[in-house]
Amino acid sequence: MLRYAIKRIGLGLLILIIVMVGMYAAVFLVPGDPAAVALGPRATPEMKRMLMERMGLDQPLIWQVVNFFRNALTGNLGIDVWSKRPVGTIIAEALPNTLVLGVASIGWSMLLGVPLGCFAVVYRDGWLDRLVGILSVSVIALPSFVVSIYALLLFAVKFNVFPAIGAGQPGNVASQIHALVLPCFAIGLGWVGYLARLVRASMLEVMGEPHIRTARAFGLPEWRVVFRFALRIAIVPTISLVAVGLGGILSSAVFVEVIFARPGIGSLIYNAVTSRNYPIVMGTVLVTTALYVAITITADLLIARLDPRVRDVFRD
Amino acid sequence: MTGPLLSVRGLSVNFRTPQGIVRALGNVSIQAGAGEVVGIVGESGCGKSTLAAAVGNLLPGNAEIAAGEIRFRDRDILRLGSDAQRQLRGREIAMVFQDPMTAFSPVLTIGEQLIEFQHQMTDVDKAEKRRRAEAMLARVGISDAGLRLNGYPHEMSGGMRQRTAIAAALLMSPSLLIADEPTTALDVTLEAQIIYLLRTLRRDYNGAIVVVSHHLGVIAELCDRVYVMYAGEVVESAPVDALFHQARHPYTRALLECDPARLDQPAEFLPTIAGEIPDLTVLPDGCSFAPRCALADDRCRIRPELTSLSEDHAARCHRVSP
Ligand SMILES: Nc1ncnc2c1ncn2[C@@H]1O[C@H](COP(=O)(O)OP(=O)(O)O)[C@@H](O)[C@H]1O
Ligand code: SF4
Ligand SMILES: [Mg+2]
Repeated sequence: MLRYAIKRIGLGLLILIIVMVGMYAAVFLVPGDPAAVALGPRATPEMKRMLMERMGLDQPLIWQVVNFFRNALTGNLGIDVWSKRPVGTIIAEALPNTLVLGVASIGWSMLLGVPLGCFAVVYRDGWLDRLVGILSVSVIALPSFVVSIYALLLFAVKFNVFPAIGAGQPGNVASQIHALVLPCFAIGLGWVGYLARLVRASMLEVMGEPHIRTARAFGLPEWRVVFRFALRIAIVPTISLVAVGLGGILSSAVFVEVIFARPGIGSLIYNAVTSRNYPIVMGTVLVTTALYVAITITADLLIARLDPRVRDVFRD
Repeated sequence: MTGPLLSVRGLSVNFRTPQGIVRALGNVSIQAGAGEVVGIVGESGCGKSTLAAAVGNLLPGNAEIAAGEIRFRDRDILRLGSDAQRQLRGREIAMVFQDPMTAFSPVLTIGEQLIEFQHQMTDVDKAEKRRRAEAMLARVGISDAGLRLNGYPHEMSGGMRQRTAIAAALLMSPSLLIADEPTTALDVTLEAQIIYLLRTLRRDYNGAIVVVSHHLGVIAELCDRVYVMYAGEVVESAPVDALFHQARHPYTRALLECDPARLDQPAEFLPTIAGEIPDLTVLPDGCSFAPRCALADDRCRIRPELTSLSEDHAARCHRVSP
């Protein structure tokens, strides 16, 4: 298990390096002078040169990547060219907001979606199953920015029950939770449907397995067969999907944070990209990729915990 | 109670498949009385497992019971509500399924499963269920029963899993035990052990046992009465001695000739019955064994009825008469 974890982490680091090299290459290869774009048409060559220097873009590509990682290892992600504050600090301020948003979104959608999928199986082919099916398919089709905009118009503007913008007052947990509701709803809604469908499908497959018949043969009620015998196995593909989907949640977070004007990694990336603020772009890409890799590894280890057969394969 | 403990009457079961309707059972009737061990024997694919699963009303979703009834203690199982059926399954009828390798959940420990299986025993608490499970594992000859309870099925050998499956079934002291090929997945030594186990069980047990096997030797060692099945039908039924010494149906005779235990001298190849079991998607007009039967003649184009040869011996063949 430990060796497996180490191997996965090593692979993760490799992915990080490849992504960062790719990012730097993209900056070099994309036509147009980043400094000129950032400073606008009236910039003097002198100003451009200084900005390039400050963003470190005047050095050879390889050297930039090596430098970046050398600094990143010591926790130094560079300095934001505009605010002159360390990129690491800026990301550290934004990250918790996005993490809370992502975890809360996936959290409520799992709490609702997984049981819905199970109920659909217990009452399969009945009206409840059909209803869950229709609702699921409808919400899956809705992109999170559309849900965001309608939720905003309806609950924040028309009924004024939730705040339209911001992440709540700092230090006031109740107001922060209050501000979290609509963005979470927007990101998680599609996931509820997705998870319900996925759990239902993998559950139905598991329900055909012989050990389920054994459980039935001993007179176990259907709900117990579903929740105790089938769910443990059917949840495994769901966990992998959620882990992969968290990447998707990060990209929904970009829309949702911009629409709700929430501080977070999403709005940070958005602002950095539109202003061509390369140190921030590089920093956020590194952190989000690392996050993504960490989530995938955690999911794999979790799957190994849930399935003793997998656990034994990795035992050494 | 007037009738036998279990009485299956005129049971017909079809499977819907992409290739068409498979008629797995056609008008099958069997009985098992308390204290009796009944064997069901026949080649692979003749419908034995379908019959076993039907008794627990545990057929897969693509199966359809086209006709017949399954009476247990004079109540038709198929007409009971699902709660009543679960009560029966959890307390009175126990099954040991054909494949011990897949019969247990791979993600729950043996202990967790054996405790779950006692779900219908509402008057016993969890600690007591665990103690009962441990005692039963020990009784079927599993050493370190306490440790095994914390282990997973994949950590056990095939023989141990088969014993565990039998232990699970016995946990509820059922009045009807159905064991589908309880030894088929095992090698000869383990098979002998399981047969020995079942024989000891039958000594101090007064419920009914239905043993399903394609292996005549297993049947001979365990059963009082035997039903021989061919292509989804019962073709002969007789007490075990009569079946082995005065088999009447040509299929039963052919089966007996192919039994390795009856060979006089070592043979290079095991003899088999020539030909293949018929395609169950097309119902034969006449006797379903006719294409493989050495005695077939013109009469055999008409489907034979089950003929009583004596009080407890019957065969489905035009060539037999009392
Ligand atoms: N789930 C199923 N779907 C379709 N056909 C099946 C299914 N189970 C069994 N059958 C068919 O029913 C017939 C009887 O099968 P089975 O009862 O398993 O025989 P046995 O246990 O005697 O080997 C076979 O032709 C088999 O192909
Ligand atoms: S009825 Fe005819 S074909 Fe069928 S078993 Fe008897 S002799 Fe053979
Ligand atoms: Mg079978």
